[in-house]
Amino acid sequence: MKDFSNLISAIEITNKTNAKIEALVNYFKTAPDKDKLWLIALFTGKRSSRPVKSNLMKGWVMEITQLPEWLFLESYSSVGDLGETIALLLPNPENKIEKPLNVWIDELINLKSETDEEKKAYVLNAWNGLKAQERLIFNKLIGGSFRIGVSKKTLVNALEKLSGIDANQLMHSIIGNWTPDTITFDELLSGEHINYDNSKPYPFCLAYALEKDLEDLGNENDWQVEYKWDGIRGQIIKREDEVFIWSRGEELVTQQFPEIVEAVSQLQGSFVIDGEILAIKDSTVLLFNDLQKRLNRKNVTKKLLEEVPVGLYIYDILEIDGIDLREKSMAVRRLKLETLFKQNKSDMLKLSEVINFKSWNELDDLRNAARSFNSEGLMLKKKSSIYHVGRKKGDWWKWKVDPLTIDAVMIYAQKGSGRRSSKYTDYTFAVQNDDNLVTVAKAYSGLTDKEITEISRWVNKNAIEKFGPVRTVKPELVFEIAFEGIAYSKRHKSGVALRFPRMKRWRKDKTLKDIDTIQTVKALIEVN
Amino acid sequence: MKFIKFTKKGIYCIPGKFYLDPWFPVDYAIISHGHADHARWGNKYYLCHNDSKAILKHRIGQDISIESMGYNEPKMINGVQVSFYPAGHIIGSAQIRLEYKGYVIVFSGDYKTQPDFISVPFEPVKCNEFITESTFGLPVYKWKSELDLQAELQNWVLQNQQNNRTSVFLGYSLGKAQRIMKLVEGVDDVYVHSAINNFNKTISGSGITIPETTLIKPDFDKKNIQNKIVILPPALLGSKLLKRIPNAATAICSGWMHIRGNRRWKGVDAGFAVSDHADWDGLLEAVKATEAEKVYVTHGSQAVFSKYLNEICIEAHELKTEYGEDELAKQDILKTETA
Repeated sequence: MKDFSNLISAIEITNKTNAKIEALVNYFKTAPDKDKLWLIALFTGKRSSRPVKSNLMKGWVMEITQLPEWLFLESYSSVGDLGETIALLLPNPENKIEKPLNVWIDELINLKSETDEEKKAYVLNAWNGLKAQERLIFNKLIGGSFRIGVSKKTLVNALEKLSGIDANQLMHSIIGNWTPDTITFDELLSGEHINYDNSKPYPFCLAYALEKDLEDLGNENDWQVEYKWDGIRGQIIKREDEVFIWSRGEELVTQQFPEIVEAVSQLQGSFVIDGEILAIKDSTVLLFNDLQKRLNRKNVTKKLLEEVPVGLYIYDILEIDGIDLREKSMAVRRLKLETLFKQNKSDMLKLSEVINFKSWNELDDLRNAARSFNSEGLMLKKKSSIYHVGRKKGDWWKWKVDPLTIDAVMIYAQKGSGRRSSKYTDYTFAVQNDDNLVTVAKAYSGLTDKEITEISRWVNKNAIEKFGPVRTVKPELVFEIAFEGIAYSKRHKSGVALRFPRMKRWRKDKTLKDIDTIQTVKALIEVN
Repeated sequence: MKFIKFTKKGIYCIPGKFYLDPWFPVDYAIISHGHADHARWGNKYYLCHNDSKAILKHRIGQDISIESMGYNEPKMINGVQVSFYPAGHIIGSAQIRLEYKGYVIVFSGDYKTQPDFISVPFEPVKCNEFITESTFGLPVYKWKSELDLQAELQNWVLQNQQNNRTSVFLGYSLGKAQRIMKLVEGVDDVYVHSAINNFNKTISGSGITIPETTLIKPDFDKKNIQNKIVILPPALLGSKLLKRIPNAATAICSGWMHIRGNRRWKGVDAGFAVSDHADWDGLLEAVKATEAEKVYVTHGSQAVFSKYLNEICIEAHELKTEYGEDELAKQDILKTETA
């Protein structure tokens, strides 16, 4: 497992994608076939359930180290990762065990059916034969999750570099149906188990943020204006009655959205369409927050399907009955799209509405009203535009609503996870309510690493609690919080709920007395 | 606290009328070591270990009134017997032992119990009251031996050379830099930043032998540096100088690098847990060896460490000080220093 452990170290330490790809390629060049297959399986989330409960492991560590539970937990909240905490707390190993990755994995799979005593003997023996970093890997193998900053896309790019096979085909191959026991590495890469011709996607056409006055875009009649939606941009492919969904990040996400697959299967013909996957309930588009519950799940449960139903807003058509339409104009493609969906009516699949307008000056109001139904703003597409490869300036523009902002004070800070586990990165903010403060939002994005480091240091000095993961801090640091929407809410103590709150700026120039009051915050609801 | 008290200006010895590592200017300051959060500007009179004297003068001013003495050389100040014992933290670092009417208090300053190749090894001192730091006061911190670190750092350099890369270590200009110099000694030429070079000159000027290094000037010749070893202060991470170094592989040397999250946060190529502070076992060992009846825990994990000491029946109290809560805080100090 030494090579695998070194690979993980190399991947973890860098945030340069190229360095990660380099490390992966080197590993693939030398590792045994079975190990390579397991690596791909692990990194793409094909894992079996954990053979040993984490509580058992925690108990064994406390027994070995003779540490009280509070100190174990304190260590855990400082390290931010259970497998790593355990690896670091244990005494140095007395033996040396070296086995290939696939042997460890096989042993762990077999461990599942054994008694707790047998599990304990096995795990303790392993701990005593592995160095801290390998121990951490072993603990992660038990847990089954490897969140170490390697996306499927990165993995596929490494495999492409290794084999010269097209990345999208590899993406389909590794996501397809296979297990490390029933395939060889070369078979997997060659894609014998899939039919790539049917799943092959086109590159997405992307838009730039609008950077000029609308008047400068020319004649209103030359433009098609639609609402912009914040979901998962997807390319839906139906060829020879097979359906595939590709995300904008070039990952195959078909399995995550069974109801869309089902709805698309009902349609006649073969086609490739471009659209937005959105959480839609009772004909209302929900927030991205809601959609997020549906993402990156291994199993989409029935409960989840009911809780967060999804649908598709269709923007464009790229291929029909095997004919590539991308060189046709937007106007022509739109007509084809409308024809296709006139024949095929579906609740789940809706054409993105084309906004009727006569003059540019109508659009600003429409853009700002978009917030009220969870649209992000407007898309402006030239009717004569072809479906470009990637980003091309001039033909497609996105024009988002301006975010709302308030000034709020930080009252709690919590450590992040993964790369952010060493810092206080997640904050809770409050505004004034008469003489008290009332919580209005939690946010964890928008600051630079440097600012986070500075704030973490400040939290260390100004925290009221001494133990545990959440620190109450002196209400002193003021932030401008940006958000996409605001509504009354009974679930929140403040009576309001903000959508997508994030930190726009750290207002070092402001103090507690400059923050917003709950009244001024609520006033935003009336205006918007 | 028999004859000392904790004041706004720092730890004060009542009969001796002096302060230990004060953070505001006082008349008489006894200094444990030369780091900026312990040896501050503006005191009227300084007393420190012989090996720290030149460092303090370099850092604070050549014209300060300063006296120094060796380890284990007691000096009477207003009826209080003051003596220094090795703290193993950096060159010239001392624990300060105070004895008054037969009662002994020891102030640890910053310390490390594991020996390295450059500072005088830590020596435990029996006392009635012990004031200890707790920078790495969590059981997850467990340092490798100096020999293991040596192998680790040297292997990294050799591996970099195979890949045609220049090894750049980031570590504080006083203490860590010299320790890294010693750890990689003999592998290849070592280039250092001017802040480090100044300390090197100061240290060797006072008669201590340290490995030879070359100053890296802002207009250095890239060909000469390629594949060699460079040591820079941490504040230079992301600097123009670092960007000019050809094919640089960067590594931070700090106890915090023991945790993956910290290693990953910095966006460097490697992180080595080379710490000048005691690890968990070191802290416990040191406290136990003093046989102190009372322990005061300062900067770091004071809440955790004092709670644990009390649980194992060693009376302990937390103490709030202005010493570096976070080693990283020193980077800010460094920045103004190198500017």
